[in-house]
Amino acid sequence: MIRFESVYKRYPNGRDALASVSFRLEQGEMAFLTGPSGAGKSTLLKLVALIERPSRGTVLVGSLNTSRVPRRKIPEFRRRLGIVFQDHKLLNDRTVFDNVALPLVIGALRRREIGRRVRAALDQVGLLGFEKNFPESLSSGEQQRVGIARAVASRPELVIADEPTGNLDPELSREILGLFERFNEVGVTVLIATHDLGLIEGNNHRRLRLDGGKVVPEVAE
Amino acid sequence: MMRRLRFYFALHAQNLFGALGRIARQPVGSLMTIVVIAIALAFPAGFRVLLNNAQNISGSWNDAIDFTVYLNMDIDTSIAEQLTRDIESREDVAQAVFISRSDALADFRAYSGFGEALDALDENPLPHALVVRPASGNAADIAALVGALESMPDTDFVQLDTAWVERLNGILALARRVVDIATILLGLAVVLVIGNTIRLEINTRREEIQVVKLVGGSDGFIRRPFLYIGFFYGLGGGVMAALTVALSLSLIASPTRALAELYGSGFNLSGLTVLQTLVLLGSGAILGWAGAGIATARHLRAIEPR
Repeated sequence: MIRFESVYKRYPNGRDALASVSFRLEQGEMAFLTGPSGAGKSTLLKLVALIERPSRGTVLVGSLNTSRVPRRKIPEFRRRLGIVFQDHKLLNDRTVFDNVALPLVIGALRRREIGRRVRAALDQVGLLGFEKNFPESLSSGEQQRVGIARAVASRPELVIADEPTGNLDPELSREILGLFERFNEVGVTVLIATHDLGLIEGNNHRRLRLDGGKVVPEVAE
Repeated sequence: MMRRLRFYFALHAQNLFGALGRIARQPVGSLMTIVVIAIALAFPAGFRVLLNNAQNISGSWNDAIDFTVYLNMDIDTSIAEQLTRDIESREDVAQAVFISRSDALADFRAYSGFGEALDALDENPLPHALVVRPASGNAADIAALVGALESMPDTDFVQLDTAWVERLNGILALARRVVDIATILLGLAVVLVIGNTIRLEINTRREEIQVVKLVGGSDGFIRRPFLYIGFFYGLGGGVMAALTVALSLSLIASPTRALAELYGSGFNLSGLTVLQTLVLLGSGAILGWAGAGIATARHLRAIEPR
């Protein structure tokens, strides 16, 4: 589902974020992207979402070579992807329903179909009945679940998440992880960047460790 | 196809009401923008209406193609009368009216206010005159007729009464050109005002734009609400400009009528026609759309998620 081939990323300010990163993530796989702050986790996810482009090397998402996606095709590309952010990135002047519906409205679905999918997504994250609330009236954990509902509402094959539990206590973090695992069980490929070791412990998902912009072998801790 | 079409209309309806909502949420700021646009649109529209009215007055004088032939002082009344009949029988003359020197003197005494000054003169200083109405209104025909009558031995000179109407028309044509230039400049001002307003709106919604881009919103999807906001600012400015012109005209209508009556005229100011009103509203809306289009083209591209 995701393939990196000797990918380098140097930012305009001269900082090297990734150096010769190669890995594959198979369809239906669930993996953690770990490593200390500044190791390049966010950069890697940004390359997948075409928020950044690699300086060298090839990034394939699905069967698509991202370097062949022109700027005006990026929106279409992103619609096939679910993205979850640490800071939720919800629109505070719109209801929970409208937030989750946003990718579906963009994707030109019918009103009735949008309603059905939004409610299904909210049901999956346990927030059915919060449709008319505004994000700011919700707790941080609830807001994150709204963000996840939005990411999966358009039923993407691939969901990427950047520190989705960054601001949450361990119990809420486990809940959020449980949500991702459930999506993975129905075939969604999931890649989660996190430095939350508590989150990774006690499960057998694959770990991809980045350090200094390189993929390094997982060490026992 | 039907589905895409229906979606297209649903999306536009949604954007339309969304834009109205955004404008209504900042009533003071929006009103100020609309008033500025209204002033910029009302000036050219108002001047155009005044020019049209002036054109109407001078147009009614354009029919006055009569001219006056003054005869030499030494012509007898009987000869002058015979000359009048000869001229009236010409094919290119519709009518010729003889005004004797004594009639002219009586008229002059009655209307000029110089009656007593005339008494001081020994004899009547006025010549016999003919008022000639040409058969054709064509300028070349009139010129030919004037030339023919001027070359008669008994003619002193011919005075075209329409010369000053032509001068007035010249002035009006100049004024029209000036208003045309002002219209273009003020139209440009409307585009810039709306463009700047939309730029500020884009800046305050920067975060929202980034989020929409992150979940796959296309440039067109992001642009549309801003285009609608520009459209409504322009349309609102057009409506207010039309009201301003109507109000201003109603304020000057009664003094104008009083003035016209002093000149013995039944002239009434005419306002914007339905078509002109529609053109005013349409230009406002189009300029607003254009201003928003320029602003979004320049500023939306720069906002990318990071």
